[in-house]
Amino acid sequence: MERSEEYIKNERKQDWRVALQKKTKAKDRMSIERALMAETEPEVRIKSQRIEVNTGLTMEQAVTEASRCMDCVNPTCMEGCPVSINIPKFIKHIECGETLEAASVLKETSALPAVCGRVCPQELQCEQKCFYVEKLNQPAVAIGYLERFAADFERESGHVATPEMVASNGIKVAVIGSGPSGLSFAGDMAKLGYDVTVFEALHEIGGVLKYGIPEFRLPNAVVDVEIESLRRMGVKFITNYIVGQTASLDDLKADGYKAFYVGSGAGLPRFMNIPGENANGILSSNEYLTRVNLMGADSEESDTPVLRGKNVVVVGGGNTAMDSVRTAKRLGAERAMIVYRRSEEEMPARVEEVHHAKQEGVEFLTLTNPIEYIADENGRVAQMKVQKMELGEPDSSGRRRPVPVEGSEYILDCEVVVVAVGVSPNPLIPNSVEGLDVSKWGTIEVVKDKMQSSIPEMFAGGDIVRGGATVILAMGDGRKAAKNMDIFLTEKYLSN
Amino acid sequence: MNKIVEKEHFSEKIVKIVVEAPLIAKSRKPGNFVILRVGEKGERIPLTIAGANVEKGTIDLVVQKMGVSSTKVCDLEVGEYITDLVGPLGKPTEIHNLGTILCCGGGVGNAPLLPIVEAYKKAGNKVITILAARNKDLIILEDEMRKHSDELIVMTDDGSYGKKGLITEGMEEVIKREKIDECVTIGPAIMMKFCSLLTKKYEIPTVASLNSIMVDGTGMCGACRVTVGGKTKFTCVDGPEFDAHQIDFEEMMSRLGGYKQEEVDKYDQFQK
Ligand SMILES: Cc1cc2nc3c(=O)[nH]c(=O)nc-3n(C[C@H](O)[C@H](O)[C@H](O)COP(=O)(O)OP(=O)(O)OC[C@H]3O[C@@H](n4cnc5c(N)ncnc54)[C@H](O)[C@@H]3O)c2cc1C
Ligand SMILES: Cc1cc2nc3c(=O)[nH]c(=O)nc-3n(C[C@H](O)[C@H](O)[C@H](O)COP(=O)(O)OP(=O)(O)OC[C@H]3O[C@@H](n4cnc5c(N)ncnc54)[C@H](O)[C@@H]3O)c2cc1C
Ligand code: SF4
Ligand code: SF4
Ligand code: FES
Repeated sequence: MERSEEYIKNERKQDWRVALQKKTKAKDRMSIERALMAETEPEVRIKSQRIEVNTGLTMEQAVTEASRCMDCVNPTCMEGCPVSINIPKFIKHIECGETLEAASVLKETSALPAVCGRVCPQELQCEQKCFYVEKLNQPAVAIGYLERFAADFERESGHVATPEMVASNGIKVAVIGSGPSGLSFAGDMAKLGYDVTVFEALHEIGGVLKYGIPEFRLPNAVVDVEIESLRRMGVKFITNYIVGQTASLDDLKADGYKAFYVGSGAGLPRFMNIPGENANGILSSNEYLTRVNLMGADSEESDTPVLRGKNVVVVGGGNTAMDSVRTAKRLGAERAMIVYRRSEEEMPARVEEVHHAKQEGVEFLTLTNPIEYIADENGRVAQMKVQKMELGEPDSSGRRRPVPVEGSEYILDCEVVVVAVGVSPNPLIPNSVEGLDVSKWGTIEVVKDKMQSSIPEMFAGGDIVRGGATVILAMGDGRKAAKNMDIFLTEKYLSN
Repeated sequence: MNKIVEKEHFSEKIVKIVVEAPLIAKSRKPGNFVILRVGEKGERIPLTIAGANVEKGTIDLVVQKMGVSSTKVCDLEVGEYITDLVGPLGKPTEIHNLGTILCCGGGVGNAPLLPIVEAYKKAGNKVITILAARNKDLIILEDEMRKHSDELIVMTDDGSYGKKGLITEGMEEVIKREKIDECVTIGPAIMMKFCSLLTKKYEIPTVASLNSIMVDGTGMCGACRVTVGGKTKFTCVDGPEFDAHQIDFEEMMSRLGGYKQEEVDKYDQFQK
């Protein structure tokens, strides 16, 4: 639930916080070095899709790291967090050894702390705004590591707390899509007393958290525990149900649903439309990652096949490209390569992912762009023609535009190519709902900060509104939508 | 989980199952398909909805044993459950009153063809149906087709039933005899290709229903892409039916073999 600035300031003055503030001198806090995350050795981890790379902080490391935090009067870190986690409060609980309390602070505002602690681009969000970075030009407090630590501790302790709940008001709301946005919305609405049902097209709950992000970065078990918490809060989940196809929105209204939250994601893969792209062996990152992560195709026991090759090229430079190329390595590729048309500096992937990929032996062919695919006599891709690029003037995104270098083409051998050049919004809902305002990019238009669409009882957020974004932004949208839908529904049905 | 309430063997390799799926039964239209999965390690495979009973809340699926996944479906008995079933998927067939329609089904393609034949007939068309297969045992749904067709022609490659010859020979006979306003063809890719070549010669608008490889069936993966009129389309959301004269059948057939080796390996493993 939302806490005012005032409230947060007063909490900081509580006895236990004041005592902690006094216990260690600021200078001593600032002289501690930032914790290093332990990782599984690259040679070991590339043998399996399911060995987590980062292994978490020890209790000792976590307490030490927590004591770096200055418990600032004005905690700027919180401004960088899209769900406004009370960062100093949870960190100070860790410093006192009250890890379960720390976890419950996280749960106040985030439905999926163990997930965010792992996949949030912390370096660009909370940590970038940390006092250490802004004022001291030193490495930030490792907020993400600590968040993961507290959430993992709670999960492993078996004492998973159920958050405070308001008495049920019996009003039915439907959530379309079970990605992070839908889950975070569902959690908040359940807390507010609504009767929440989440509809998911696939056979698993979690959206990209399950079918996209690989288990070596985010184990499915971690996601499942968070989903279990939502179930305990009374949220219902219906899989294999495509809203707009299995039944229409009107059918759901007839069933008593009073309002809808669309969190249907950006599931449509983009291709480059270059010659030969429909040859066998060339697939979207969505297909590749879904086969492995959702269908378990890396395992012998799965009925779903996946293509393996000696030379695997992944086209793109985002998180999806890194996840694909590291998956290729784990499926046994001798050469797993990234082909990216700009330079490493412009890569949208998290720095940590690029670093891990390099440790694992991934090759980076930057300033290189595919222009044609060449298939063998069986129609399977065998080679790709690429062109060198150089950086020109900045484009509208502020990144320097890549320009082809004439006459620089050369041939690269490849038996599998994964195209990871972006996704577009999932068109199922925008196409099936009459009167819904949709942008020219196919995203659903909403009133900013309210997340309400042109249809009053329909709210939307996450990738379907933003195009491809991040887990935490999707969750932030879910929270905002819950708050505003609550106001909308209270006015309509609960006030006399 | 969806329960199997009836099962019938059409032939050694082709089985019809009736499955509980009340919402899909209600919302499905001719041309729609479902995606299902048998077992926790199961693969997602597409199957056309061959019929539905809204009162009973059931849909009919007709499945041919091809590899591991279709065999697992065929081996399910009455009272057992399909682990996951989602649909209806794909664009429904565009049914209009056009005059005379020639419906051509090959092998297990007769299953998806049946609801289309039914719908064309209901819309007031004259429907001539040709069913073709390698031999007598592989001709399925003959009685149901006859019920909804003005004329039914059966052809077998070996002459063991009906007329001997390829489906295109039967088609040409009809086309020479009377004016055909539209043709629908569903069956193996190679058959659809030759049907399409024939109707192109006679300038008869033709629709083919493609059975591309699929994973999600919602436009998310691109496994099902085909080239139609020079543009890449996703069979699951843009199809499965397309203007046959615009389809790049060579590419489509090549893509059907995209996982051939992997599938053979899985099948060998399954047999053990
Ligand atoms: C490979 C990969 C790696 C990524 N790595 C990171 C990372 O490290 N950090 C980060 O912050 N972000 C990352 N992202 C981005 C992040 O995952 C997304 O921004 C986020 O998942 C968006 O959440 P969402 O809830 O809007 O949608 P999604 O997670 O896409 O979920 C949407 C769900 O809705 C379902 N759906 C769609 N239509 C319907 C319908 N009509 N009826 C029922 N269900 C429907 C879909 O099946 C899907 O499950 C990554 C993305 C990918 C693909
Ligand atoms: C829209 C649509 C409707 C269909 N309707 C029917 C139907 O009503 N009855 C029926 O018997 N079959 C139907 N099929 C085909 C059916 O999906 C395949 O026979 C089945 O997936 C084969 O899987 P397998 O593991 O048994 O065989 P495999 O050994 O894996 O493959 C045999 C062949 O089936 C095809 N195939 C393999 N995997 C897939 C996949 N995931 N999706 C699609 N094709 C695949 C390939 O061409 C492959 O060479 C339909 C396909 C589509 C796309
Ligand atoms: S949710 Fe993300 S942005 Fe917010 S505190 Fe945690 S790691 Fe930082
Ligand atoms: S800005 Fe940094 S030091 Fe200050 S409260 Fe936040 S995490 Fe702690
Ligand atoms: S089956 Fe995945 S996009 Fe068509």
